[in-house]
Amino acid sequence: MHFYESVRVAMLALAANKLRSGLTMLGIIIGVGAVIALLSIGRGVERFFVEQFTSLGTNLLYIFPGQLSGGPPQERGRDVGVLTLNDSYAIANPLRVPDVIAVSPEVTGRVVVARGSSDLEVSVSGVTATYQDALLGEAAIGSFVGETDVQERGRVVVLGSDVFGSLFDPNEDPLEQTIRVNNILFRVIGVMEERGAGIGGANLDETIFVPLTTASDRLFRRRTVSGDYIVNVIYATVSSEERMEAAQEQIAELLRERHNIDFQGEDDFSIINQSDLLSIFGDILGLFTLFLSAIAFISLLVGGIGIMNIMLVSVTERTREIGLRKAVGAKRRNVLGQFLIEAVTLALIGGILGIILGGGGALAATSFINNFSAVVGIDAIVIALLFSTAVGLFFGIYPAYRASRLNPIDALRYE
Amino acid sequence: MFKPSPGGTGANGSEPQVDKYPVIETIGLTKTYTMGDVEVHALQGVDMTVHVGEMLAIMGPSGSGKSTLMNIIGCLDVPSSGLYRLDGIDVAMLDDNALADIRSLKVGYVFQNFNLLPRTTAQANVELPLLYAGIGGRERRQRAEEVLKTVRLDHRGGHKPNELSGGQQQRVAIARALINRPQLILADEPTGNLDTRNSVGIMELFQQLNEEQGITIIFVTHNPEVADYCDRVVRVRDGLIESDERNSPVGGEAPPFQAMPSVATGQ
Repeated sequence: MHFYESVRVAMLALAANKLRSGLTMLGIIIGVGAVIALLSIGRGVERFFVEQFTSLGTNLLYIFPGQLSGGPPQERGRDVGVLTLNDSYAIANPLRVPDVIAVSPEVTGRVVVARGSSDLEVSVSGVTATYQDALLGEAAIGSFVGETDVQERGRVVVLGSDVFGSLFDPNEDPLEQTIRVNNILFRVIGVMEERGAGIGGANLDETIFVPLTTASDRLFRRRTVSGDYIVNVIYATVSSEERMEAAQEQIAELLRERHNIDFQGEDDFSIINQSDLLSIFGDILGLFTLFLSAIAFISLLVGGIGIMNIMLVSVTERTREIGLRKAVGAKRRNVLGQFLIEAVTLALIGGILGIILGGGGALAATSFINNFSAVVGIDAIVIALLFSTAVGLFFGIYPAYRASRLNPIDALRYE
Repeated sequence: MFKPSPGGTGANGSEPQVDKYPVIETIGLTKTYTMGDVEVHALQGVDMTVHVGEMLAIMGPSGSGKSTLMNIIGCLDVPSSGLYRLDGIDVAMLDDNALADIRSLKVGYVFQNFNLLPRTTAQANVELPLLYAGIGGRERRQRAEEVLKTVRLDHRGGHKPNELSGGQQQRVAIARALINRPQLILADEPTGNLDTRNSVGIMELFQQLNEEQGITIIFVTHNPEVADYCDRVVRVRDGLIESDERNSPVGGEAPPFQAMPSVATGQ
């Protein structure tokens, strides 16, 4: 019997029991749909992060306090395990760290901003003038935090575009207006361009920028005992990609000296570059993928058992049909093929519907998020189809084998 | 190897058809089933020869072994011992696939309950054996139309079984049996589910196929009226052939050796 005929017969048999076929497919549809949806979103997230990181330049170093990959930093003294504004200035000294061309410290937190009757909670970044060069685009309106603002601990604020949108009418001129940040009056000096999500997923549009010194003194009251300003992270721009390692060493040497770490002591800071970050992210994504594979495996297993179950029922129900087919000349392999194709068709249609459902769902869900969309990869689709087929084959083979072994006389007599 | 050539050397009607090629030849055929611990001897040594062009009824009470005999003749089952030659081929030598080929090409089956595929048109039902004979779509359609014409259902090809009367369904089944141009048609109580009028129509159709196309037809039946249409009646009891008599064909002369009409002894 020709393959095409077998497929046609299988489709007819499935169409004869639409509800049952549909319910049987549901397991595969949900399994494949969930995997495709999560995979597409995962891909979207991955692409988004890679784009974000690389848009910041591949020659950027991130310096964090403490050991990222270890436990908490060892207690060595009062100021150990923190980075300060003076650390940042020291790194910026071209005599000590010749390969770094720009340094930008940042302190972050959450604050409540209010103007008139509207208020909202946003992220705040305490930054210096160099922050703009290292990480951000130009201010759309007004100017960014300047060097004098930092020195004078000025109560000035630059708004992210969403914050602006929440506090002001679109046509209003925000410059020189005052808003309250944690009930302290600040003067608006600029509004940033729309940026979308930023490093580590923080949305820069929902962030306000104030001078680092202002943030430490007036918003967080965070200083070291010696009066130095504590920062969360220091961004260091290296002169070229080739000098990354050299710069990393220079910074590490400088910070160890400044933090009085002895020869055998461990760093109380971490210097991370783009590729480190991407690989950390890759590890997380790998875990995510593993998790997904487990879900996929379980749901396909469940779906496959459903298919096997329904195929066994179908073989029993159609015993007479099988007997008749054998009586008019069907060979074992014809019967085997017919039921196998039926099982595979069931699984494959389920897979295709799952792909449509999952892919469409992922795209629809992410269309609400700015600058981010799910990526439905061809490879994911192909893998989903292959897996559906494999499930159909694997779980269809036993019922089909049973059908092919039926004795035609017994089958014809079956009531 | 074998072509249906009714005639051979014999003249028409006046002599028994002994000079024709035997299409079926069984010697000492036995069949034993094991049902649980009990052995059932369905056939206990059947010797039977059927020649080409014969129309014959196998009769017998329930459990006599007539159905088993028919299944073996139709290559749906294999004997436990003994020889069975179908069209000169020793069936015992054949494997599963070869048996399927024989079923496909040499034998056509007609069942009491028609056994048509539901939700499938008459045309597609008739084409079914050709599907397994590996014949392409266009020829399938053409041949199906031909045999549907033979059974006088050429206008019903697009109907599904549930849209046809019992008699029409059985005609579709006969068309299906005919489509591979078999030498032998096996009909198991073909009129069992039909009323008298339809039964007559079906039997006349069988008779016509037998006379015009020279197809050997074997009925398994309880019904003496079916046997009346046949030129030979084989009675089976307890797995053995009880009697084997020539019948007077309807409208023809009774063969000389037949003492009494077999109808009288019908059960």
